[in-house]
Amino acid sequence: MRVYVPQLTKLAKPGQFVHVRCSSGLDPLLRRPISLHGIDYGKGTISLLYQVVGTGTRLLAEMAPGDEIDVMGPLGKGFTVPDGIKKALVVGGGIGVAPLFPLIHSLKHYGIQQTVLLGARSADFIIGREQLELLGVKVKIATDDGSLGYKGFVTRLAEDEISGGTPDYFFACGPNPMLKGLISLTKGFGLSGQVSLEEYMGCGVGACLACVCKSKAAAGREPDDSAEGFEYKKVCVDGPVFEASEVILDD
Amino acid sequence: MTKPADNLTDKPADNLTDNPADNLAVKPAVKPAVNLGVNLGGLQMKNPVTTASGTFGFGPEYAPYVDLNRLGAITVKGTTLEPRKGNPTPRIAETPAGILNCIGLQNPGVDHFIAEDLPYLRNYDTPVIVNIAGNSLDDYAEVTRRLSGAQGVSALEVNISCPNVKQGGMVFGTDCLMAAEVIRVVRENTKLPLIAKLSPNVTDIVEIAGRVAEAGADALALINTLLGMKIDIRTRKPFLGNTMGGLSGPAIRPVAVRMVWQTARAVRLPILGMGGIMNAEDAIEFILAGAAAVAVGTANFVNPGAAMDIIAGIEQYMKDNGVTDVNDLVGAAWK
Ligand SMILES: Cc1cc2nc3c(=O)[nH]c(=O)nc-3n(C[C@H](O)[C@H](O)[C@H](O)COP(=O)(O)OP(=O)(O)OC[C@H]3O[C@@H](n4cnc5c(N)ncnc54)[C@H](O)[C@@H]3O)c2cc1C
Ligand SMILES: Cc1cc2nc3c(=O)[nH]c(=O)nc-3n(C[C@H](O)[C@H](O)[C@H](O)COP(=O)(O)O)c2cc1C
Ligand code: FES
Repeated sequence: MRVYVPQLTKLAKPGQFVHVRCSSGLDPLLRRPISLHGIDYGKGTISLLYQVVGTGTRLLAEMAPGDEIDVMGPLGKGFTVPDGIKKALVVGGGIGVAPLFPLIHSLKHYGIQQTVLLGARSADFIIGREQLELLGVKVKIATDDGSLGYKGFVTRLAEDEISGGTPDYFFACGPNPMLKGLISLTKGFGLSGQVSLEEYMGCGVGACLACVCKSKAAAGREPDDSAEGFEYKKVCVDGPVFEASEVILDD
Repeated sequence: MTKPADNLTDKPADNLTDNPADNLAVKPAVKPAVNLGVNLGGLQMKNPVTTASGTFGFGPEYAPYVDLNRLGAITVKGTTLEPRKGNPTPRIAETPAGILNCIGLQNPGVDHFIAEDLPYLRNYDTPVIVNIAGNSLDDYAEVTRRLSGAQGVSALEVNISCPNVKQGGMVFGTDCLMAAEVIRVVRENTKLPLIAKLSPNVTDIVEIAGRVAEAGADALALINTLLGMKIDIRTRKPFLGNTMGGLSGPAIRPVAVRMVWQTARAVRLPILGMGGIMNAEDAIEFILAGAAAVAVGTANFVNPGAAMDIIAGIEQYMKDNGVTDVNDLVGAAWK
């Protein structure tokens, strides 16, 4: 879905999201967080790529061109491209590729080499392969059922890439088990990177504390319960993009 | 009491002073403007709309969407003596026309609030209501003392009713004697207007309201969330990280209106009404049931400008219906 919102687009950065009202009634009541999948600064539009999983996303899918939509944003902290990186590994699981597109564009813009790994249940859930190849980006695919590319988890492909020794940084978005696997893998190789997380949200602006994730307590700050060694951070304002070394993902 | 419509002018509400008496005085040749000012147990508000604790952070979060100066008051997130981590996730679940939450009073502690959050709020010309909670009477007493000594705190809202914490919270809120004890202890330690926030998870809201009134509360806030639960039929496990959660939003509004009505008729304290207020019509319903002021909670998540729309909508309703003083609407449904 493409949305014309020049004021919002002007401020938008890769990795940020919008909080979308899917219904003008009371069902669903809450807004739905959806990542910026495309940012067209010239046209003043953003595009959203979403998977229909429930009422909210179904209502979005039922909208017609020209309809008005209520979006709040851009929200959250997006990806940052650290100075000095030369070759990035970009990993997207399922619909998690959505927020990676604007990042991939900006990596290309900065002349940083990249390999994109896409993982999903099956070939049908692999999104954006053609567009990426058109961009001239190297893409490798893994599916759980082997219907496309490597049969198995995308983290296995990541392991091959990293042990091949080429990437000096990584970016990832996808389901928590994938991110968890990737974080422990990259830690083993001493490879730093950023991950984009998902959590159920209320306000989207840091006011309700619904969307928290565990973070290793920031250095120099007194953790409120040092025995547990973590503090909760808000995915909506402190993230959704976090340093991989910082987050603790539960099973 | 309502004045005929032809006495009204289109004067904007910001011409009003905070003192309803000033606004009411009919000066010669000046037609009376619409008065939105209310007094909530000693807390003077320029209009009857505040934010519900826990839904509006500490203020700055919503500053891009809401003119904080236009709010009747800002009610901040529940604050405790020590920092609280809160509950594991998921902390929020959607239900028909409502949400369940189990945040668990995550907050940085009262000292952090005073040092880091309160200075920001002092930039605004809006009273700050600090919501407090504790595990013990000593906790409540100490938090009260620290906040009473801090510049920029206008009133205390005492949460004796949070369903999301293991100790304290609802245990205090659902036991009349304990609830009264908490209020008595807070009263002993502060001269600030004291608002007792009641739990709806009780058999008789009027009885508990009466007890906390006797114990020294200046006003009552109701309702907090209704205890609820959701089970994920896929995993066959409770959905929320803390098993149970508090239900808020339009789903609870009829219960809240009923409780405000019952309490307002029985207890002579001003009431801060809340529970599912989404727009001005809902807010007016609470005022007619007997609420002197209203708080906007879950609606902020849906429409970040909800409080602004509600203030404007109440004023418009008054103009449309020839009401010059919002206080004339308080409890009008039973007068
Ligand atoms: C920062 C952020 C960015 C996101 N970006 C995208 C995106 O670009 N494209 C996209 O398709 N989806 C994205 N999501 C997920 C999206 O918000 C949910 O799929 C959506 O809210 C589901 O709404 P629904 O009413 O259709 O489904 P519901 O009926 O609410 O739920 C259907 C199923 O989805 C799961 N679910 C719902 N909300 C979430 C959530 N916030 N996190 C994890 N699981 C959830 C539920 O557990 C349930 O199994 C993002 C989430 C976050 C937090
Ligand atoms: C996410 C969330 C957090 C809340 N936190 C608090 C809190 O810290 N202290 C408190 O007294 N009430 C808290 N509440 C209750 C609200 O202040 C309010 O009483 C309740 O939500 C009903 O109003 P509503 O339906 O307009 O949201 C919270 C509610 C929600 C939804
Ligand atoms: S969604 Fe409310 S704090 Fe993040």
